[in-house]
Amino acid sequence: MNNFSYTRAGDIATAVSEIARDNEAKFIAGGTNLIDLMKENVARPSRLIDITRLPFDKIEETEDGGLRIGALVTNTDLAYDEQVEKRYPLISEAILAGASQQLRNMATTGGNLMQRTRCYYFYDTATPCNKREPGTACSAINGFNRIHAILGASEHCIATHPSDMCVALAALEATVRVTGKDGDRAIPFAEFHRLPGDAPQTDTNLRADEIITAVDLPAKGFAENYTYLKVRDRASYAFALVSVAAALEMDGSAIKEARLALGGVAHKPWRNTEAEAMLNGKEATKENFQKAAEAILRDAKGFGHNDFKIELAKRAVVRALRQASAMGEMGGKYDDKLHRTADQPR
Amino acid sequence: MNNKSDGKTVEKIQASGPAKSSITLKVNGVEKRLEVAPWTTLLDLLREYLDLTGTKKGCDHGQCGACTVLVDGRRVNSCLTLAIMKDGAEVVTIEGLAEGDALHPLQQAFIEHDAFQCGYCTPGQICSAVGLMNEGRAKTADEIRELMSGNICRCGAYPNILAAVQEVMLASAGRAKR
Repeated sequence: MNNFSYTRAGDIATAVSEIARDNEAKFIAGGTNLIDLMKENVARPSRLIDITRLPFDKIEETEDGGLRIGALVTNTDLAYDEQVEKRYPLISEAILAGASQQLRNMATTGGNLMQRTRCYYFYDTATPCNKREPGTACSAINGFNRIHAILGASEHCIATHPSDMCVALAALEATVRVTGKDGDRAIPFAEFHRLPGDAPQTDTNLRADEIITAVDLPAKGFAENYTYLKVRDRASYAFALVSVAAALEMDGSAIKEARLALGGVAHKPWRNTEAEAMLNGKEATKENFQKAAEAILRDAKGFGHNDFKIELAKRAVVRALRQASAMGEMGGKYDDKLHRTADQPR
Repeated sequence: MNNKSDGKTVEKIQASGPAKSSITLKVNGVEKRLEVAPWTTLLDLLREYLDLTGTKKGCDHGQCGACTVLVDGRRVNSCLTLAIMKDGAEVVTIEGLAEGDALHPLQQAFIEHDAFQCGYCTPGQICSAVGLMNEGRAKTADEIRELMSGNICRCGAYPNILAAVQEVMLASAGRAKR
């Protein structure tokens, strides 16, 4: 880890002015990703601005019937919050599918949005990487790319966004609230993260002087029919190869409104509103699910080792939709564990 | 410092970096006033400055759980925690669990169930299990496995670790009922 100076921000104005006057400075809260990147010499901030004492640690009702999640609410506190469990169980499920309890105890809501890719080449300072050092090269395109993107990638970067929580927030159409030198902004979740394009070093549309203060959830939580399906190399504590957040509003056996977001497949949580629209008003059948899955993956492109993700993602979409739509008729949460045979690993 | 070979004067090099800051931590019940550099992790502070070497450095990247300690009652990876950010916090390590010569029930259960071979992950496993019990979220064996997945055991003592944790959880649930 490089030497750096440390400041503890006592109020938001100080935090913003501190970050604005030093473009090598970084905010720190949970630190679970940043400290790791600093140990790997990938991040080398001149100073860390500790924001953990700022008053963004509450979950509150909003005027339009939603919830405001303070940026410093830990992943654990968010996942187990009574209102979130009841009204937005998709978020709880997605958070608890990621990391370990130790990390969730440390990691914050804002930090989860700001975490960097886990691309091996981004972490390995001995290799070229356009995200780490713009203008060098992407080592993953012709390298080991099993965990890399199949949608929305560019010739400059095929990294994926690693978050589970963000996939659920994308499906639920959350809003990111930020504050900067020029005042407050509310950024729709779909516009918060970027695709790599020719500037993969920039993960988000957050400006250099801005700080995330909260994430707002709209009133509609899809608490009746939802699934977060995560496919990974081991049953726990691994990043998604492919994940699907499915949220449905059902009208009998028909789908009134569908929301779908995919993780592990792109530089940002991947939504395809066209595919969602194809499901609206349709019966919850395997055929209709398959059509939606085909539409989402139509422009998917593999890079060799990750070719399998295209078929995997299609199947994951179908399965997530099946699980989400079947929740009501099964009298509760569809539990895959009930369908395991005794010899399957737990 | 002069570099005479090329005749130029090299700027004074600040080898020590920015000054250390003073923080207060309560470690295993004892209040400590400490001078720390900003980049000192809680793990290094415990091991290198306080001689509490029970907490282990495994991967040093938050992946193995060997460094798990309790900060204000919650289990965290001390390797990814900057000590300076925890000013005023209460830290409990494996050394702080026993009461005198009486082992913590989890320590006793780990011995009785032979829940380790090499023992390197054990302090982290036990601190993590204390955190798990504080949380009260795990009821079934599967839930214990899931919520203990941040602690890796390369010897593969998982079945015995599970048995030890389960026994203590059941016993404490029984005590709560009585």
